[in-house]
Amino acid sequence: MTTRVLLNLVHPIFEKSWANQAMLEAIQDLSYVHVNDLYEEYPDFFIDIQREQKLLLDHSLIIFQHPFYWYSSPSLLKEWQDLVLAEGFAYGEGGYQLAGRYWLNAITAGAAKESYTPHGFNHFSTTELLRPFEQTADFCGMKFVEPFVMYEAETISHRAVEKEAQRYRDYIESLAHSLDLFSDINEEEAS
Amino acid sequence: MEEAGFLYQAFVFLAAAVVGVSIAKHVGLGSVLGYLIAGMIIGPFALGLVGHDVDDIMHFAEFGVVMMLFLIGLELQPKKLWNMRMPILGLGGLQVLITTLLLMLLSLAFEMHWKMALAIGMILALSSTAIVLQTLSEKDLLRTDAGKSAFAVLLFQDMAVIPMLTLLPLLATLPVETSVSVGHTELEAWQQAALVFAVISGIILIGRYLIRPLFNWIARTGLREIFIATSLLLVLSITIAMEKIGLSPALGAFLAGVVLAESEYRHELEVGLVTFKSLLLGLFFITVGASINFEILMQSPWVILLLMTTLIVIKLIVLMLLAKQFKMSLIENFVFSFALAQGGEFAFVLFIFAVQNGVLTEEIVSLLTVVVALSMALTPVLLIICQKIIVPKLSFGKERREFDNVDDGDTPVIVAGYGRFGQIVSRILRSQGFDTTLLEYDAVQIDLVKKFGTKAYYGDVTNEEVLRVAGADVAKMIVIAVGNQEKSLKVIELCRKHFPHLKIYSRAKGRREAYEQKKAGADFVMRETLGSAVILGREALMGLGYRKYQAHRTATAFYHYDSQHLEDLAEVWGDKQYVLKAAERAEMLEEVLKADQRGSKVMRQAWNTPVSYEEEEGGESVTESNKDDKQAPDNKGSEESS
Repeated sequence: MTTRVLLNLVHPIFEKSWANQAMLEAIQDLSYVHVNDLYEEYPDFFIDIQREQKLLLDHSLIIFQHPFYWYSSPSLLKEWQDLVLAEGFAYGEGGYQLAGRYWLNAITAGAAKESYTPHGFNHFSTTELLRPFEQTADFCGMKFVEPFVMYEAETISHRAVEKEAQRYRDYIESLAHSLDLFSDINEEEAS
Repeated sequence: MEEAGFLYQAFVFLAAAVVGVSIAKHVGLGSVLGYLIAGMIIGPFALGLVGHDVDDIMHFAEFGVVMMLFLIGLELQPKKLWNMRMPILGLGGLQVLITTLLLMLLSLAFEMHWKMALAIGMILALSSTAIVLQTLSEKDLLRTDAGKSAFAVLLFQDMAVIPMLTLLPLLATLPVETSVSVGHTELEAWQQAALVFAVISGIILIGRYLIRPLFNWIARTGLREIFIATSLLLVLSITIAMEKIGLSPALGAFLAGVVLAESEYRHELEVGLVTFKSLLLGLFFITVGASINFEILMQSPWVILLLMTTLIVIKLIVLMLLAKQFKMSLIENFVFSFALAQGGEFAFVLFIFAVQNGVLTEEIVSLLTVVVALSMALTPVLLIICQKIIVPKLSFGKERREFDNVDDGDTPVIVAGYGRFGQIVSRILRSQGFDTTLLEYDAVQIDLVKKFGTKAYYGDVTNEEVLRVAGADVAKMIVIAVGNQEKSLKVIELCRKHFPHLKIYSRAKGRREAYEQKKAGADFVMRETLGSAVILGREALMGLGYRKYQAHRTATAFYHYDSQHLEDLAEVWGDKQYVLKAAERAEMLEEVLKADQRGSKVMRQAWNTPVSYEEEEGGESVTESNKDDKQAPDNKGSEESS
């Protein structure tokens, strides 16, 4: 196992999203990231549960990269949660197998950061709006790390998008090192 | 052995049919040839398992031909028949006329009396309805232009038998003790005509107004065998009536079929009769094979072979010129002409009749009978030669102009085969702005889709040049939607060899065909029935009370796992372990469907039970407060919204 980071890409119209393409582009050469394009894998929403669970078990940091549809995610990610985070796997008897792993939401939002404040038209911060994910991770014993948010993803210049994408890459790199994702690999190699 | 009972005879014929036809089919010769060869082998001149009473059996078996025409009539609504009047009268009429004249001239060259020559010309101008139609339908050619035209000609010939029977006694040159005739030729001509008119009107009127209530009444008994018996009785009555007045029973049956084509019992009639028809027709072919007189053939083989060749060649030439005149495409022309270039079963009857009436001598007739029978036996062979050798030759090389010039060649997708299947694929692609070049080999289909404003091109996709003209060099993909495995494989191989950049998406009949296509190099193979069967399965589950989503999931699961298994098993396809592995997989699939995670157990809603990871692990104080939040979600929600 060489990849330690699983990037679940969840975007129904990825081909038209500059921001998400740029983000993916930016991390393309990180050899320890495994990209799993959910809409490409499951166009009919027929999720291969065993495959998804195995991918989770094989990785330490799980990224969910998605647009911030209706203050949440595209529907396939919800279906993914309902099916993959099953009893006996993610929780309940024989569950909690994901405990100790890290959960990261990497989202692209159309509006500006100011709108996600009590006086902005979106009223709540993205941190607050992402609480269901945070609580889900928490319930499964996973550690929810500070989300990555690209604001105004559709309106900022290409250059700005690329800059944001670079920030995304840096964030993942820093997480990869600070979270000590490679420790058990080193152990394996040592033994 | 010849006196042996009915059961023994039935045994011989059935055994010959089973052995002969199954072998012929497996080596690709078609059933007709199988029957004919089986007949020759059991006939009096080879094994002698059946005796000289073959003629009687043949007469009985001709009933199969009658039934065949009845069934064809059932498929042909009067309107369609009316639309065919031009080919029937024009093509058929000219064929009979010109062939008769040419054969007559040839006979005159042998210093025959002109009356004899005319009789021979007329009789030999006829072709074999039974062999032609059976062979064409087996090859799926009846719906093509060639098939339809051939049918039209045969229909005219059947009608032409009537005046021939009337005319023959007038051509007598030899002394006969008593003039024998079929039917009521001793009647005055006008009486005869009136009788014919009466019987035909009778058939039409009865078919129109009496048969329906009759079948309705019979159908209500709920006894299938009585229904079938009634159907048989109907055809039999027509046969007897027609024979009584000296008309072709096949023609009468055909007429009755047409009259009944619009009745609601049409399909019942078809289903009831089709087995009898096939068996009797088979028996008929066997008797044709058995009646070939090898003694005469052996006595003068060269004469007979020469006569037969002459007959076939003359017929071919006439047919080809006519087909050209009627603007058939070259390939259709060849199929049409090769199909009809033989003598027919009517010749046997007419020859005997001619001898009885002192028109022809016994000697000539026995010779010509062999010629006709041989030419009939040769028809399936001729058609095979035509299809396997001549047509492919035509498609290649210089005759390319025969195909439509494809003008929008620069399209990204070629769709080969524009039937129902290809249409759906193409419409989906076009809806997304992809241009598709449509190639179709069935002229009828092309005309049909033209009415809906779609242009499909006539062309044989198994021809490299046609593919090239359609833009295979620049296209990105070819969709092979032809429903013929042999052709599909050929196209796949052609594309792999000459257009390796093309993505090949192809349609397969079943698993076996799918494996073969994969092996040949197709990128994606779809079994043609899988999608629709899965959807039907899904709907069936719904019909049994499943909620739609669960039905959908089960069907989708089947689709995914079955497709995956196909991929996996493709590697062992052909090996001994295949069957074992396939059975294993099938079992696995059932297990998976039974245990579909979403449906099998009601999801325990984790967030409603106050046990989370921390508590399981000994608990941290944080979760307590979380729990409180969760227990009053409604309050919180209303606070927020207010």
